[in-house]
Amino acid sequence: MTQVTLNVNGSAHALELEPDMPLLYALRNHLGLNGAKYGCGLGQCGACTVIVDDKPVFSCVTPCAGLEGKKVRTVESLGSAERPGPLQKAFIDKQAAQCGYCIAGMLMRAQSLLESNPHPDEQTIREHMAGNLCRCGTHLRIIEAISLVAGQNGSAT
Amino acid sequence: MKGNFLRSSPLWISAAALASIGAIGAAMLMWRPAIAPIERPRTFDAAQLQRGARVVEAGDCAVCHTRPGGQYMAGGLPLVTPFGTLYSTNITPDPQTGLGQWSLPAFERAMREGIARDGHFLYPAFPYVHYRRMSEDDIADAYAYLMSGPAVNSPAMQNHMNFPMNIRPLVSFWNLLFLHAKPLTPVAQQSEAWNRGRYLVEGPGHCAGCHSPLNLIGAEKSGESLAGGEVDGWEAPSLLGMARRTNPWSTEQLVHYLRAEVVDGHGTAAGPMRPVSLSLARLPVSDAEAIAEYLLSLQTRAAITEIQPGAGNVETLDQTSGALLFASACAGCHAPAAPMREIDGRPGLDRTSALQAPSARNFLKTVLEGVPAMPGVPGPVMPPFAASLDNVQLIALASYLRQQARPDQPWTELSSTIEAIRQETK
Repeated sequence: MTQVTLNVNGSAHALELEPDMPLLYALRNHLGLNGAKYGCGLGQCGACTVIVDDKPVFSCVTPCAGLEGKKVRTVESLGSAERPGPLQKAFIDKQAAQCGYCIAGMLMRAQSLLESNPHPDEQTIREHMAGNLCRCGTHLRIIEAISLVAGQNGSAT
Repeated sequence: MKGNFLRSSPLWISAAALASIGAIGAAMLMWRPAIAPIERPRTFDAAQLQRGARVVEAGDCAVCHTRPGGQYMAGGLPLVTPFGTLYSTNITPDPQTGLGQWSLPAFERAMREGIARDGHFLYPAFPYVHYRRMSEDDIADAYAYLMSGPAVNSPAMQNHMNFPMNIRPLVSFWNLLFLHAKPLTPVAQQSEAWNRGRYLVEGPGHCAGCHSPLNLIGAEKSGESLAGGEVDGWEAPSLLGMARRTNPWSTEQLVHYLRAEVVDGHGTAAGPMRPVSLSLARLPVSDAEAIAEYLLSLQTRAAITEIQPGAGNVETLDQTSGALLFASACAGCHAPAAPMREIDGRPGLDRTSALQAPSARNFLKTVLEGVPAMPGVPGPVMPPFAASLDNVQLIALASYLRQQARPDQPWTELSSTIEAIRQETK
């Protein structure tokens, strides 16, 4: 076992972990943050996507050991069921979730794009989101939801 | 004073005459006429278009002339060179912004001499030094194919070349030094496939454009063609002596590799070679077989010594943390029992070219950038690890995997190589 301090959604957590544990397991099993999902475990589907500093990563293939001093954010940081954040609200308004398994990962990948580029066009959104898969096939609604926020970002200023 | 002036005047006159001859010579060197615009041809021979599509694929035209997410052949891909950044241009048949007004002679002049229809000099990032070796028929077929495509109005992007390379006519001096290659004629003693392979490699395929070392002004070093170079931060390995390396290539392996497949013993094409291999995969398999036959016949030249590893700083090997990192980040796909290996026949990492290579660069680039998915094309996908692994972890992982692959030759200067790659891609 090894001692790792993880900074997740703004709070530091000192954890005793298996030395080869990927981040996803620490989030779900040790911190009770069950938003990020286990999909393929191979970094191929994106259901486990979280943000580390300002970049989206597949948490299933990201070792905990190197995350000391970095800021991890999960879908729980965007809002709650009662008070959804703007991106979460757009996903609800556009009914972007069917079974919902991929959505936490979709939200975090989209969030990282909107933070670095508040007004992405559809092509940019498509390219950025290409790493995350939805087996129900709601990609078009997901793109609509992200475009909605990108448009709101424009009108807000 | 007066006498003195008179006496020296013939000198002045000859100096002036020499200067004007020089000026006229330079002007002639740096000036090319425009070729009259034409109406875009509208009717084509179907068989010629089919041949042209094959030539354009062999020439990798779309690899540079289509930017990611952009329209086919409409240009706009940035090419970062040591002399500044260039943008590929629109080669769709649009009359205003593409090739719509170009006649076949104008196109052939561009392909062989690097001169645009209006007479301006093209930068040698456009590989006319290689395309000039192509056959007349292939150039005509490629022209027909390009002129038959959908026209896209997409003006050229502003290049950002550093002084003095922002002055296009200066390319004429570069051409004077480096534009000598003659069209290829078949070698009678060699097989038809070998000759076809040589034509594809030295002509349209322009392999030497990446796989050769460059001199200070960006030309391939003479006598070192195909001896290995660097492109976009990736090592383009030497294509000489491939059959006789520590990790040799067989014909079968090379054919599959060239067609973007995963090859036991070497891995799969990554980085800038990925789109090239996807292009080759769209050609008849006989073309990849021909290229393999030609390449495997090339011998290492005595003058070129392989990089000798061993000299330089070897980072302290921390095999435990490397093994843990492998278990955490890589084992899902690359461990011996991983489904991708059992079901899909992926090779063990220790046998890949990236881990067998003298330099760690391609291994590190692959880990940092991954192997991105290509829309519409089935093939291997690897996620990028740039945000998932820090430099200390990368060093541990690289040392650990290199230890499995080549215990006799640990990689040197890992930390500075990683730092350099991170800087390059910022």
